[in-house]
Amino acid sequence: MSNIESHTIAYVRDTMIPEQDPPITETGAIKWLRENLFSGWFNTILTLLSLAIIWWSVAAIGPWLWNMVWNAGSLRECRELLDGAQGACFAVINDRWHQLLFGFYPSSLYWRPTLALILLFVALAPILFPDLPRKMLWFSAVYPFLTYHLLWGGSVWLPIVALLGFVAGYVAWRLVTRISPLAAVFAAVIVPVLWWIVVAAPLDRFLFSGLPWGLEFVRSDRFGGFLISLVIGITGIAISLPLGILLALGRQSDMVFLKSVCVIFIEFIRGVPLITLLFTASLLLNYFLPPGTSFDLILRVIIMVTLFAAAYMAEVIRGGLAALPRGQYEAADALGLDYWKAQRLIIMPQALKISIPGIVNTFIGLFKDTTLVVFIGLLDPIGLSNAIRASTDWQGIYWELFIFIGVLFFVFCFGISRYSMYLERRLKTDHK
Amino acid sequence: MSTTSDLRTKSAPPKRSFELSMLLYDQRYRSITIQVFFLFLLMLFAAWLVDNTVNNLRALGRDFSFAFLNAPAGYDISQRPIEYNSQMTHGRAALVGLLNTLILAVMACALATVLGVIAGVLRLSNNWIVGRLMTVYVEVFRNIPTLLWILIFGAIMTEAMPAPSAFRGDDPSSTMLFNDAVAITNRGVWVPAIMFARDLGYFQLGPVAPSITWVLAILIIAASIWANKKLIDHATRVQNATGVRPKTWWKSILILLGPIALYFAVLGAHLQYPELRGFNFQDGIHLRNSLIAMWLGLGIYTGAFVAENVRSGILAISKGQTEAAFALGLQPGKTMRLVILPQALRVIIPPLISQYLNITKNTSLGLAVGYMDLRSTLGGITINQTGRELEGMLLMMLIYLAISLAISGAMNVYNSRVKLKER
Repeated sequence: MSNIESHTIAYVRDTMIPEQDPPITETGAIKWLRENLFSGWFNTILTLLSLAIIWWSVAAIGPWLWNMVWNAGSLRECRELLDGAQGACFAVINDRWHQLLFGFYPSSLYWRPTLALILLFVALAPILFPDLPRKMLWFSAVYPFLTYHLLWGGSVWLPIVALLGFVAGYVAWRLVTRISPLAAVFAAVIVPVLWWIVVAAPLDRFLFSGLPWGLEFVRSDRFGGFLISLVIGITGIAISLPLGILLALGRQSDMVFLKSVCVIFIEFIRGVPLITLLFTASLLLNYFLPPGTSFDLILRVIIMVTLFAAAYMAEVIRGGLAALPRGQYEAADALGLDYWKAQRLIIMPQALKISIPGIVNTFIGLFKDTTLVVFIGLLDPIGLSNAIRASTDWQGIYWELFIFIGVLFFVFCFGISRYSMYLERRLKTDHK
Repeated sequence: MSTTSDLRTKSAPPKRSFELSMLLYDQRYRSITIQVFFLFLLMLFAAWLVDNTVNNLRALGRDFSFAFLNAPAGYDISQRPIEYNSQMTHGRAALVGLLNTLILAVMACALATVLGVIAGVLRLSNNWIVGRLMTVYVEVFRNIPTLLWILIFGAIMTEAMPAPSAFRGDDPSSTMLFNDAVAITNRGVWVPAIMFARDLGYFQLGPVAPSITWVLAILIIAASIWANKKLIDHATRVQNATGVRPKTWWKSILILLGPIALYFAVLGAHLQYPELRGFNFQDGIHLRNSLIAMWLGLGIYTGAFVAENVRSGILAISKGQTEAAFALGLQPGKTMRLVILPQALRVIIPPLISQYLNITKNTSLGLAVGYMDLRSTLGGITINQTGRELEGMLLMMLIYLAISLAISGAMNVYNSRVKLKER
């Protein structure tokens, strides 16, 4: 064989031929295009269709955005400046941004909500990022009272006295717990309640008459714009989580009566639209309360929104609880932990971790739902956009206001959802 | 042996007589104590509420009655699926509102499902630009409130669409779409209506009078679907017995389309096109701006959520399933239909139905664009006119609750049917 070969093959290459470049269709941008955009007739159609949609949107909105006007006193002036061309009149934002953000909050006091927002991030930081020093949590605990005073003002003593209620509860618990742990729990509940009902108001008045310190009082009806969305949304978020945990535990409980109460509450709230609950808050609450009582509309709305979110939260957390293997409960029992310790140390850390996406979705939903307060006459951004459109200067302006409001909501909600992804990654302990 | 027998108790543990402290420290009794205490608090709270309400009603000189539902309403409703005029009762107005709510809910659910499935599948596609586009759609719509979307679509309809007069003249600035069938104006959208030369009239069913023609049409379609299902079942049986699946596609088409086409032909069905007469379009079906804005707003917004559900449902099926199906020699189409979809649907359907529930509840935002749903009729004008907030709100909440419970009941039935049969 080898003999024949050596005779028949006249030439054997003894050096490698130089490497050739890959075909032009298999490299760089063209390969990428072929693989990602034009890999088949169906994909090609989709690509062309998408390009058409993008082209059409840019052609429709592009020139309008390109010609935007930022400095004008009214829509008429804007149109004169544009001189017949299509253009966005963002001058309305320039003119009214303070209203969209703060409502009718006195303009000399804008620093107060702004400071409250900045401090919010300081207060949230130790909760969101565990690397920060734990002592900052003390500031987080004081933050709600501080913010109340910053936003509404009035007597500086009111939040302090309210805060003292918690201190009183703690002191009572420490004192009584040596006698009987059970009585201590009762004392820790009853003492603060008595403090707030009986002592707080007179003490506040007494201290204020002696030392009239405090910021200028701002009535609730001056609140508006994103300020109101944030106040309702953040308070609702903060309270609905613990409430939702309690409701979920109640629904999982062995106690038949407690369980059925929780089920009825959750199913009722989830079965009706939020707007009916808001109407209940604004129209019906006066029927259910003793004659003559009336309290702040914003507070009523916060209560209703919180209850609403808590019911959804309860279902999300119930899902997390149900996802835990039975063995976790049994292991907690085997370690001799009592119910609350087992929940706190074993069950909840895992269940909450599983339910993070659901919890965050509920938060985002709650924040978006704060726009519904426009139906009961609170001036949230959408309510204010209607008010601005009703003024003679800005009659007939739609898109610019919608874009501004939409972008602010988008930034907030998108930010939360990104944070939740970070949290999920960080808390991931399995090795998938 | 002897040690164990020593350790064994010779008699039952000493019975402690019941002591009061056992109510708190004995696990057997403690839950009862807590529940009784809780029940007591709850009853106290309820009694306080009822007492306040009774006192307040008495102070206002009111009674608690639903008699206002029989009083004449005195207001008009623009969109009337059933006969209604302002002389009719508040109860009738509420019924019209409820029907409007249901119509909107069904329309928006259909739109959200179609959009969601398309966007969810396309978001997973290999096509870079389509994937990005769908991501933008989902993120933009999910993170901006529904109410804002409804208002935006309302503004698009009223501000950006041409007036009916723009369709007039020899060289109009706007033209109707689809061969003069659909007119989109700033007063609403007109689409062709199906009319019958030989209409069968109406029959009275309680407060509503459905059209016999349409009820029969629906019955015929339902019967066709049922017959088609029988046909396919039979084909499956034949396949199981003989290994050869009989061809069914032309029989299916005949069974599904034949009877209804014949029925329409016999009754002389034809399309009635909208036409510009006077200052407005006439004939055809007029879809008002409020309906369109609500439909698009709710449908496209919820479609973004459905897209995420669909995407997660498909991603939840492990790749091994596809590989196993290929190993069995199934073609890609059959793999999708027989292996992937049945499993993905189990993940997709429950959240999908809860999105339907959300749509139904969000129809109550109709007031924002003047859509006369249950909230705007019973919970809006009726309450304002009669001053019966308590009764009206209560009734409205109960109706919404009934709808929600019906939908979630259907979901539970479905869930228990498709649940994995585990050991």
